Amino acid sequence: MEGQDGMAEHIGDEAAAMMSDGVDRLLREQVDTALLSEAEGGNWSAALWAKLERAGVPQCLLPEAAGGAAVEPALALRLVRLAGYHALPLPLGETVLACALWHQAGGEPLPGPWSLGGDLLELRAAPEGMRVTGVARRVPWGGAVAQVLVCARDEAGHARLLALSPQRASARAGENLAGEPRVDLEFQGVVLDASRVRPAPAACADGLLPYGALLRAQQMAGGMERALLYAVQYATQRTQFGRPIGQFQAVQHMLAEAAGHCAAATAAADLASAAWGGADFVFLVAVAKSRAGEAAGRVAESCHQVHGAMGFTQEHPLHFTTRRLWSWRDEFGHEPYWQERIGRLVCAAGGERLWPLLVGG
Amino acid sequence: MALFRFDSPRFPPQAQAAREQARAFLADELEGGRFAPHRSSWSTFDAAFSRRAGAAGLIGITWPRRYGGQERSGLERYAITQELLAAGAPCFAHWVADRQSGPQILRQGSEQARTEILSRICRGECYFGIGMSEAGSGSDLAAVLTRAVREGDGWLINGSKIWTSNAHNVHYLIALARTGAAGEDRHGGLTQFIIDMASPGVTVRPILNLAGGHEFNEVHFQDYYVPDHLRLGEPGQGWAMVTDELAFERSGPDRFLSDYRLLVELVNRVGTEPDAREAVEIGRLVAHLQSLLGMSASIAALLEKGLSPNIEAALVKDVGTAFEKDIPEVARRLVACEPGLDAQSDVFAQTLGNVVLHAPAYTLRGGTREILRGIIARGLGLR
Ligand SMILES: Cc1cc2nc3c(=O)[nH]c(=O)nc-3n(C[C@H](O)[C@H](O)[C@H](O)COP(=O)(O)OP(=O)(O)OC[C@H]3O[C@@H](n4cnc5c(N)ncnc54)[C@H](O)[C@@H]3O)c2cc1C
Repeated sequence: MEGQDGMAEHIGDEAAAMMSDGVDRLLREQVDTALLSEAEGGNWSAALWAKLERAGVPQCLLPEAAGGAAVEPALALRLVRLAGYHALPLPLGETVLACALWHQAGGEPLPGPWSLGGDLLELRAAPEGMRVTGVARRVPWGGAVAQVLVCARDEAGHARLLALSPQRASARAGENLAGEPRVDLEFQGVVLDASRVRPAPAACADGLLPYGALLRAQQMAGGMERALLYAVQYATQRTQFGRPIGQFQAVQHMLAEAAGHCAAATAAADLASAAWGGADFVFLVAVAKSRAGEAAGRVAESCHQVHGAMGFTQEHPLHFTTRRLWSWRDEFGHEPYWQERIGRLVCAAGGERLWPLLVGG
Repeated sequence: MALFRFDSPRFPPQAQAAREQARAFLADELEGGRFAPHRSSWSTFDAAFSRRAGAAGLIGITWPRRYGGQERSGLERYAITQELLAAGAPCFAHWVADRQSGPQILRQGSEQARTEILSRICRGECYFGIGMSEAGSGSDLAAVLTRAVREGDGWLINGSKIWTSNAHNVHYLIALARTGAAGEDRHGGLTQFIIDMASPGVTVRPILNLAGGHEFNEVHFQDYYVPDHLRLGEPGQGWAMVTDELAFERSGPDRFLSDYRLLVELVNRVGTEPDAREAVEIGRLVAHLQSLLGMSASIAALLEKGLSPNIEAALVKDVGTAFEKDIPEVARRLVACEPGLDAQSDVFAQTLGNVVLHAPAYTLRGGTREILRGIIARGLGLR
């Protein structure tokens, strides 16, 4: 689907490029093997988070009046892709999206960092206020963040956004294959202050699953690019039979095919980002998450094959990226989940309606 | 970061208008029953269709007005192209001329060639074929043996081309011939010529394809005379021109929409209440297609800016033709149906039959998958 003209209240292209170069540089300098290994040991990288906050990245999607940088959603999501590229072990994308959605819903500013949960919870009126019940499963950094944004339905079936403090939940710690915290937060009739409940904007009518899925799609696009660059670099350096293995056609073709998957996934993730706030947002997120998830498995496979045994060690950094790809593809809906949603929509509309769905009009 | 350039382009509102223009034309064609989408595709030759498309202002629209064009943007052309493909319209008569020959003549042709030829293409009356491949020169295009030597004010051509689509139906070919020494990189000494099929010295022998269709041919040149004004570019510069031309030939939506109609028929056949497996498989194809549309739109925007995104074009064609080949396999998995083109077969079976028989060509024509992967690998810095 085709992008729309940028809106005037957003920062210009040059400022956007500066911001994304700045984030790239910061992450390149800071996210090294040591930091990644400590994060897997359960360490919250406070110094790096503080640097990101000083650079205005977590709040970048907020309007300037709310302390943000008013970047376009497409740029904010390019920053998320950079975070994926560098395997940043912090909930940057989660915070960017959650605080922006909270603001959009009319919520008062709350301190970050934020996370978001894809599960729908239950909201019930009680004499002492609103009570929330349910389990938000596998919440990214659910134990470390200040707020978790979730969607809940009240008795009348209306969707509400809730800014929950994880301290009010009983938590069960967990982590994904890359050692990123994924925490089950169970809320058992927790009473909420009215300031923490907002009517969900239309954009969240489907809950928050699509937003989490978009984050992971962009992170996967970044991660795949990183894995490919590792593999290309390795293929030009590693010599066997008297020449760099990248000169073998079988190796070239493996990487060329992987590059095609990576490019398709990236295009899909960008289409979804550009559709932020549009009527086709959820459809394009479904496309992005399922295409990126499929690509991630293929790209990780090829990149490992090219690296031989070296890529199967902790000594080579490839695993920081590929273990994330193997987890991200299953978070916020795996490929069949989103494919089925697309398929049902397309079939219900009929074959002749497919084309306008794809290109508009 | 940034291995390749695939930015989401911003389309001008005119592109939507062009889309509507094409849709109105196609709706009228379908209503009049003037083509059968389940048995045609862009590589179906139908001169009457192309004349109507020309009259409707859908051909050569980006070219200067003085040559019959409309000076519209490449993105408008891109939208029209997509619509023709999605409708399964039989476009092959004007396709090559509109996609690559016309632009090549505009960039590299003599003033006389432009004036004599371009406006006829725009009217849908003048068709082109591609004379690149030879018996000994398929993927290895630099190995062409067809020779052109100076003769008075023009050139004499001797040799043979093969797999020349529509040579029996078109007015002109653009042929690649050797005019000088190959040089060390083997890319020197090649020149492109416009071949007028009505002139003496050129003969066409049909080669039937496996589906029984007569699409491609063998073409023989015996002391065939080309006047110099039908030469394209400077002598010896043919390789660079062929490379540019292939960026147009490879990058378009025709590299992933050849069998779009089968996807439409599959959705119709499965019906409005698919089971989980059907929904997943169809959803997967749609996700692939939407991603390809995103990739190819960004290439259209790069071409419009005058860039030559050869590597990106190779990526789209490689991913796109793999997708095209996937559609019939998914369709077979979901629908128990014997493909057939016989009278007993219904629309779905005929669409499937047509695609199964033509799919082998998807990853060959316009550069094989393996050659494209070599180009991508070069883009990655591996060669
Ligand atoms: C339907 C159709 C229409 C066509 N129309 C035209 C036309 O109008 N005009 C025209 O000029 N040509 C046309 N062609 C020809 C087309 O461009 C060639 O088929 C193509 O370039 C491949 O050449 P080839 O068939 O000689 O195969 P070959 O080059 O002999 O290749 C055979 C196999 O070997 C592989 N191979 C070759 N070299 C390498 C390598 N270096 N590394 C790895 N693998 C390799 C190929 O990928 C392929 O799998 C058409 C072809 C088809 C199928």
